[in-house]
Amino acid sequence: MTDNPGVDTPAQQPVPVGVGYRANAGGPDSDAVETLALPVAAGPSPAARPALRSELREPDAPAQLFGLRTRDVSAWFGDHKVLERVSLTMPAGQVTALIGPSGCGKSTYLRILNRMHEMVRSACLAGAVLLDGEDVYAPGRRPADVRRRIGMVFQRPNPFPGMSIYDNVASGLKLAGIKVRKDQRDHLVESSLVSAGLWTEVRNRLRTPGGALSGGQQQRLCIARSLAVSPDVLLMDEPCSALDPTSTRRVEETIAELRGRLTIVIVTHNMQQAQRVSQSCAFFLATHDTPGRIVEAGDTAQLFGNPVDPRTADYVNGRFG
Amino acid sequence: MTSATDRIAITPEEHASMTTTTETAPAAPAPPAAPDPDEQRRIRLGGVDAGTVRTNLGAAAGSLALTWVLYERVLPFSGAFGFLIFWYLLFLALSWAISRLQWDVRTVRERLVQSLVAGSGLLVVALILDQIGYVAFRGAHAASHSNFFTQDMRHTATLSPITSGGALHAVVGSLEQLGLATLFAVPLGIAAAVFMSEIGGRLARPVRTVVEAMTALPSIVAGLFILGVWILTLGNQKSGFAASLALTVMMMPIVTRAAEVVIRLVPGTLREASYALGGSQWRTVLSVVLPTARPGLVTAVVLGMARGVGETSPVLLTSGFTSQMNADPFAEHQVSLPLYIWNYVRYPSTDMVARAFAAALTLMVIVLVLFVTARLVGGRRPGELSRRQRRLVARDLAESFTHPSDGTS
Ligand SMILES: Nc1ncnc2c1ncn2[C@@H]1O[C@H](COP(=O)(O)OP(=O)(O)OP(=O)(O)O)[C@@H](O)[C@H]1O
Ligand SMILES: [Mg+2]
Repeated sequence: MTDNPGVDTPAQQPVPVGVGYRANAGGPDSDAVETLALPVAAGPSPAARPALRSELREPDAPAQLFGLRTRDVSAWFGDHKVLERVSLTMPAGQVTALIGPSGCGKSTYLRILNRMHEMVRSACLAGAVLLDGEDVYAPGRRPADVRRRIGMVFQRPNPFPGMSIYDNVASGLKLAGIKVRKDQRDHLVESSLVSAGLWTEVRNRLRTPGGALSGGQQQRLCIARSLAVSPDVLLMDEPCSALDPTSTRRVEETIAELRGRLTIVIVTHNMQQAQRVSQSCAFFLATHDTPGRIVEAGDTAQLFGNPVDPRTADYVNGRFG
Repeated sequence: MTSATDRIAITPEEHASMTTTTETAPAAPAPPAAPDPDEQRRIRLGGVDAGTVRTNLGAAAGSLALTWVLYERVLPFSGAFGFLIFWYLLFLALSWAISRLQWDVRTVRERLVQSLVAGSGLLVVALILDQIGYVAFRGAHAASHSNFFTQDMRHTATLSPITSGGALHAVVGSLEQLGLATLFAVPLGIAAAVFMSEIGGRLARPVRTVVEAMTALPSIVAGLFILGVWILTLGNQKSGFAASLALTVMMMPIVTRAAEVVIRLVPGTLREASYALGGSQWRTVLSVVLPTARPGLVTAVVLGMARGVGETSPVLLTSGFTSQMNADPFAEHQVSLPLYIWNYVRYPSTDMVARAFAAALTLMVIVLVLFVTARLVGGRRPGELSRRQRRLVARDLAESFTHPSDGTS
């Protein structure tokens, strides 16, 4: 939870992740069809739970919560190092906000958490990302499985334009190769849309294209789409930056309702938003010649009300030059 | 909503979303408002105004008259083509002069360029219409006899009357060869396009270069290739299947190129969304990339088919020629429409030439049908509603109007 000031630590070995991913993607079992058991028996014991969870739970069922922790995560684009030994704990069932000036590596960090970083060809990384104590970069772990447990909402709403609202929400099942019965799928789509706060607005036009919604509705559709595969963690990269204040408020309400049901990590440039939605917070900072690192992290109220580091105080109070 | 000043058209869809969010939803759709007496006059922008039309008509009539006088009475020229050129040039000059009387130089120059561009467009359309019209005119004689579409040439000699013989065997051959070639070329082409745009890597560039070179491959070379490999080396008969292989060689690069372009147009954010949901690479391609690119892919396929159906030289070397119906593309010679045309148009008898033109007309109709079908089947842009979807939406809306209260939040 603290930063690592530039003490002379042994240099980390970058792991080229792109290659490994490409090799995995076409693997023979990369599309194994998993069957689904609904409703899930409440609270399976952690020991009985398979390492790669494949069952779905209903979004409104009591869920087991999983925290996320990173240990000494560094990241490179080619030779350009953009993150330096970031260690952070994102507590289970809470909302963690990542703040910091533009270009300090927040998006990169977020994409490392669910293995989207390795989609960039030149990307490398070092360190460990622990979901429920298991490294998501462990050898043999399939990126697709990691991403299903750690969902992501992007800055720009990106519903699938060729699919209806219904199909958009259900698309995660299809993409992850999960077979469900029709009535279960209907139920899942409805509960995901309810969780995302969109149900009342679209219940009468589930068959219309997702692209025909307003920007704010599209973003909530994307949230519903992520929720439909019942992830343990939801990552949000500036989810409200393309939205008007009303839609922003609706998304924030959605986040507040989701809190306690899954772990949320949100990147935001809006200090008020960070204060409103998050319980813990991390402040990232990079300068011209040093890669991004965490200056201060901890309880949101503490970080905004009584920051330890003067740079944090400057940033959260808008005095940053 | 009913006052005269703020009449805003509310589409049923918006209406539905309103009923779901407001407490006071109307129990039934509002009756259409009465015609508004003091509705504002609308100004249509960007249309053609009367002044331009009059100027152009005047210039056209004046130049026609002047051309006639000069061309037919004064100058020692004759011929329709020269007449048209002369008329067009005079029209430009005259419309310049007439416009100059009304507007300043800049406006006139603008209009002149417009006339030039419109003239070129019209010229292209006229040439195409001329081609189609000429073929239709020459082919109508034979095509108007129903035996042309029900018989083959088995019992037809050079001097047989037009009421005997037809091109049914060539139509069947063309469709079968095209169908087989499409069956081979489309999966191959789309797979190659997916490889180049989605998987990429070091091999993508040479593949792309080869494909690009193949689009410029002379069609006779494709025919020679199949002749050399499939028929001479492997010892197979000339057949419809061999012809379809040659057509595949012609069609595949076109499908690949066009498909790659449209697949590249699929936004990367959609791929990211798919991966972030836990999709594997090929699931992403199958469920997200290809469906999003579907209208463009249909165009790519049609482009390839239109190219293939008219090819003569690959077919010439590989399918053999027969005047009899042969529905089996895998055995014996099989004739197709281009080959039929090529063969019979060289006969000295006018009836044979008429049959060839009727076959050309048939070929054009087949291409037309192909294009129209493709538009109907896959032309919808992603996000646009199909007729069935629209029906569903209408039904949902009707339900929301009959139970408006349960939509409130
Ligand atoms: N695909 C990429 N290739 C090379 N460098 C990249 C790439 N993406 C990001 N970077 C670099 O990584 C650094 C961190 O970028 P990142 O997008 O994580 O910043 P950020 O904190 O999210 O900024 P913002 O608040 O503007 O979104 C930047 O210096 C950027 O130039
Ligand atoms: Mg960012």
